[in-house]
Amino acid sequence: MIEAPMATQTLDAKGLLCPLPIVKLARAIKQLSPQEILLLEATDPGSVPDVAAWSKTTGNLVLHQDRVGKVMRFWIQKS
Amino acid sequence: MVQTAEPLTLPSSAAIDALVRERVDELVSKRLEQVLAEREAQKKTKTKKIAIIATKGTLDWAYPPLILATTAASLGWEAGIFFTFYGLKILKKNRNLEIGTTGNPAMPMPVPMPQLLTALPGMTPIATRMMKRQFKDHGVASIDELIDLCLELGVKLQPCGMTMDVFGFSEGEFIDGIEPVCGATHFLEWASDADVSLFV
Repeated sequence: MIEAPMATQTLDAKGLLCPLPIVKLARAIKQLSPQEILLLEATDPGSVPDVAAWSKTTGNLVLHQDRVGKVMRFWIQKS
Repeated sequence: MVQTAEPLTLPSSAAIDALVRERVDELVSKRLEQVLAEREAQKKTKTKKIAIIATKGTLDWAYPPLILATTAASLGWEAGIFFTFYGLKILKKNRNLEIGTTGNPAMPMPVPMPQLLTALPGMTPIATRMMKRQFKDHGVASIDELIDLCLELGVKLQPCGMTMDVFGFSEGEFIDGIEPVCGATHFLEWASDADVSLFV
């Protein structure tokens, strides 16, 4: 099992639906310095493909992701 | 020793043609590859752009343009919405958007209801309250929140001047922070290099 990386900040987007998780993610990443890691927690059913597409477009890397019950967690490193 | 010069034989014109063709083909394909690679690289670095036309002013139909624009802006795209016809109501300060149930058999109702009953007085406010609560309970942003996000993210909100005039709206009735009132020409010029363009 791969260890989850240490995040400098956690963004709780649980219970929020499209487009709020991505909008908040984009806003939170802006506040970070390059290489810093953000942990996003979301329950929006579209989160997995949406975060992947956001990562591909913006170049911020998803280092690791998992799922605990209904909560999808993404460790995202600012590029 | 005297060297005897060999008679100079010129290649036939067919042979020259073949040589020229071969060389030209080689150069052209090389250059073409270069140009295509440059164009591909340009495409990758160009900021993407979405241009949306919002034509509907009911609570439900106000959502798609605002959701798509805020998402695009969160992806780092340039985004803009041209609000025309009933869509212009979305930009009013006192917008009070409602949803009607009449003529919308796809709308989920708490109890099955014949279409005729949906036209009863008072049904529109009831449906509006219901939808607002449903959206809120599920964690969907309100229209007010989405408009604020659009402004924060730099989405260009462009009001249609023709509609403003026809419906008798004045500029003072619109929210602050939007683009100047414009026409189809301005919007089309702005939208002409969009990567995604949608009519809602």
